[in-house]
Amino acid sequence: MALLDIVPAVSDKHSEQKSRYTSDRLIPGAFEGETVTRRRFMTGTTHAAGAIAASSFLLPALGFAIGPIFKQVPLTWKTAGPTDMFPDNNYVPVVVTLTPGIGEAGKSTVYVRKRNPSIDTDRPDLNTSYIAISSRCAHAGCPVRWVDAAERFICPCHGGVYDLLGRRVGGPPVRPLDRFYTRVVDGLVQIGARYSVNSELQRFSPRNPGEPIDGLGQYLYPSRPSIRR
Amino acid sequence: MPKMPKLPAPPMPSALKAPPPRPGHGNGRLTAADHAKEAGMNVVDWVDERTSLSGGARWMMFRKVPKGTNWFYTLGSATMFAFLSQAVTGVFLAMFYKPDPAGGAYESIRHVTNEVFLGQFVRGMHKWGSSVMVILVFLHMGRTFFFGAYKYPRELNWVIGVVLLILTMVMSLTGYLLPFDQRAYWATVVANNITATGPLLGPYLSDFLQAGPEFGATTLSRFYAIHMMLIPGLIAALIGAHLYLVAKLGTTAPPWLKAEKNADLRKVQA
Repeated sequence: MALLDIVPAVSDKHSEQKSRYTSDRLIPGAFEGETVTRRRFMTGTTHAAGAIAASSFLLPALGFAIGPIFKQVPLTWKTAGPTDMFPDNNYVPVVVTLTPGIGEAGKSTVYVRKRNPSIDTDRPDLNTSYIAISSRCAHAGCPVRWVDAAERFICPCHGGVYDLLGRRVGGPPVRPLDRFYTRVVDGLVQIGARYSVNSELQRFSPRNPGEPIDGLGQYLYPSRPSIRR
Repeated sequence: MPKMPKLPAPPMPSALKAPPPRPGHGNGRLTAADHAKEAGMNVVDWVDERTSLSGGARWMMFRKVPKGTNWFYTLGSATMFAFLSQAVTGVFLAMFYKPDPAGGAYESIRHVTNEVFLGQFVRGMHKWGSSVMVILVFLHMGRTFFFGAYKYPRELNWVIGVVLLILTMVMSLTGYLLPFDQRAYWATVVANNITATGPLLGPYLSDFLQAGPEFGATTLSRFYAIHMMLIPGLIAALIGAHLYLVAKLGTTAPPWLKAEKNADLRKVQA
């Protein structure tokens, strides 16, 4: 019994059951049925007003900054040249403006040849009667060049090597070179949207360099709204 | 809990103490020369009476440093001065720079380098100073690591320092594009593509950085805004927090210094 006499001088405020009504808690000015004190209500409304004021400029600014992620870039067809300019056993480099408005930096080389059924085994289609290979390396995006003597695309940055069909044969690239859809209008070959291919030359929506598409890669690097085709 | 004895206030350095009045000088009345001599101190007093800033300044400047403090402890200040140099030269470069990807950006840099008076010098300070700052950041980090100065209670300051390191890297990346020559363009393309190789979020991050699926007309102005408005403000604010914690927690003694053996020095001063 002696031990029980030693009770703490300060009562434990959590042990008492407090009423949820302010009138029962003897708060001055409380009225019937009130559960939220005026002080708490004032604090809450001030915080809410502050949050609304802050979000009224933060949310539009954020949306403005991340908007381009969701904006689809319009597609334009770029003329490469007359149909008889392109043989079916070798590439012809064509310079097209892929991004307008940024001068020389927006231009890119595309390697074009006529489709050759004896070597092109991928699914034929109205938009692949001419093969247009992007010169952007699938490793880090440097410009590759077609070396005629070796019949290889070779990247100057880190030594990526691709064969005649743009499939990787050496170096760090993770997938074949990207391609462009083509069409023939009034005897002119035109170049359209870019698409990526996996190692079996199956088509995927365009990906950035360095993103593998084989196996799990197509899920780890999803297609994006800005360039989904 | 027993009350800890209060340490005596640090003494004012003699340079700041008012000199005692000289007997027989000016016959007790202040001459115009005396007023002129006092003017500076009067202004300081006027501000201090209204702000109480001198206490904070004394707290910041006249703190005790451990025995063995050496030249390695200046690397942090050196980094801060490298940042200040970048800030000042950057402001003056911004007076000439045009973030115009259709040739104007390169042309404005060429104009600064070749035609503006001292332009090559100021641009050179900014360009080479950026490398100096990165080197100093790493030396400062190495000093902190090898002296064990990141340990309790200074972990938060280490974390702030790492954030500052990352922000310095972002400054390097965004600033590299601004000359808009071939090297700048391709370095940024490659850096963006490396960003895009992060799984799941990478492609979206890359779209965010270059404002679209490809390097486009707004990428340059976006990098420019990040380089000259967003990150410098963050760096300045975090340097403030970093310095506050340095003054608050004090600096560490070098690790080769052992605790004093003399028992008299460990007595509690009454």
